[in-house]
Amino acid sequence: MLKVSNVSKAFNAGTPNEKVVFEDLSLHIRPHDFVTVIGGNGSGKSTLLNLIAGTYAVDKGKIELNGRDITHLKEYERAGFIGRVFQDPLMGTCSDLTIQENLSIAKRKGAKRTLRRGLTESERKEYAKLLEPLGLGLEERLTAKVGLLSGGQRQALTLLMATLVKPELLLLDEHTAALDPKTARKVLELTQQRVEENQLTTLMITHNMRDALAYGNRLIMMSEGKIILDISGEEKKKATVKDLLDLFEKSNGEINDQMFLS
Amino acid sequence: MTLVLTSALAQGLLWSILAIGIYISYRILNISDLTSESSFTLGAAVTAAALIRNVPPILAICLSVLAGCCAGYITGFLHTKMRIPSLLAGILTMTGLYSVNLRVMGKANIPLNQVTTILSNLSGLLGFRKDRDAAIILGVIVILIVILFLVWFLNTEFGFMIVATGINDRMVTANGVNSDRIKTAGLMLANALIALSGSLVSQYNAFADVQMGIGAIVIGLASVIIGEVFLREKSFIVRLFGVVAGSIIYRMIVAFAINSSLVNANDMKLFTAILVALAIYLTDFTRKRGTKRAESK
Repeated sequence: MLKVSNVSKAFNAGTPNEKVVFEDLSLHIRPHDFVTVIGGNGSGKSTLLNLIAGTYAVDKGKIELNGRDITHLKEYERAGFIGRVFQDPLMGTCSDLTIQENLSIAKRKGAKRTLRRGLTESERKEYAKLLEPLGLGLEERLTAKVGLLSGGQRQALTLLMATLVKPELLLLDEHTAALDPKTARKVLELTQQRVEENQLTTLMITHNMRDALAYGNRLIMMSEGKIILDISGEEKKKATVKDLLDLFEKSNGEINDQMFLS
Repeated sequence: MTLVLTSALAQGLLWSILAIGIYISYRILNISDLTSESSFTLGAAVTAAALIRNVPPILAICLSVLAGCCAGYITGFLHTKMRIPSLLAGILTMTGLYSVNLRVMGKANIPLNQVTTILSNLSGLLGFRKDRDAAIILGVIVILIVILFLVWFLNTEFGFMIVATGINDRMVTANGVNSDRIKTAGLMLANALIALSGSLVSQYNAFADVQMGIGAIVIGLASVIIGEVFLREKSFIVRLFGVVAGSIIYRMIVAFAINSSLVNANDMKLFTAILVALAIYLTDFTRKRGTKRAESK
């Protein structure tokens, strides 16, 4: 499925500010895995996601998805089959376009943008049906500009957009970190539901250890560009927040308040 | 006075196409594209060079539009492929095109009063004695075509991407579209319209001059902003007509200011620059105050 092989990445290479993030990192994700990723600031978890998504190019190594070498594909080319939700709720949607227009853009993911109508009548009905189960009342507001929605509503919409065309891989970059706890819970439940319904292979970064344990079938902990823990199945089910914290401290990781408090 | 007003109306209509082009780059793409200064002149230069060689006016206009597309493409290339900041990319194209415009014209100024223009064609067809009447008719027709085209185009799949790129290009990338290509296409569209405006204005003024684009972007911005004072939160089509209205109002203000000797014609650019600076400050100011109020509620 997703195969990250011997990847190296450094920023500002060759300057006094050089920062090596990865040296020879490998990671293999099986089909329909839902992997949660935790790690302190600077552990490389966001960089990993950015390398997979193509935001940054790798210095060395190879990234394959479903047997296809995507190492040299541009970010927008990979986006055709990789869905992504950012931490910033403003990032995944377009504030000046309406809810239905945003969805129509996501609906045509991977397709060529032509001079056909950007939004058809039959789509509207489809989107209303799609939004109804969210229970956010968005199906009544299809023609409202997305800029009028709350952060949680926008993130729910982004999640829907990222999975509207079934992606081969779904990347979630701390997508609930900017939301209040109650909304975060709701968005996480929606995430779970979308992943299960569509049998998506998912990589979810989170700051929240409890969420990392509660969701998914596999958990990865990163520190200083290395994977220091990789558990799945029963082993993951049995793990506790305390186990993770102990391991975290041993690895010299910085623990921030967010991990404790949540 | 009616002469002054109809003349201002004709100028305002023909220049409003420039303002619509500026609206696309400045408001929709969110780029302050200085290419406009030279693509306006380019449109006039290509038209003049073609007309004195007895090219049919319609064809001359088409060539101008094509030239404007190329100017936009160059700025888009500099910005997206060579990673030059958009403001500087526009300045580079503007500077380079100055020489190109001189080459195209062969000299700094070409008079067009002895050649067949689209306006003399139209006057002949409709039996007008004055080109001014033909300019008003032509302006209205061209504006209607341009606005209808834009309303259709920006509602296509491709058009959605242009609007989205101006607001959030990361979202565009995340949805599998190359936002660089979209930006370039948008700049081509904007400069094509600006060159069209330059072509028509040169035919109405009966000359093309290598200096005629200086200040074009500020004039366009003035029109956009004046239009928005009246019609801000309206639909796209209404806003486009607002830009046209803004352009006409701007010409009326200019005509009034010069006629009443309030402002010396030589000071017009300074007057316009101050007008635009104040207008941007004031509209931004009221908008911020508006959001603050909304937030504290």
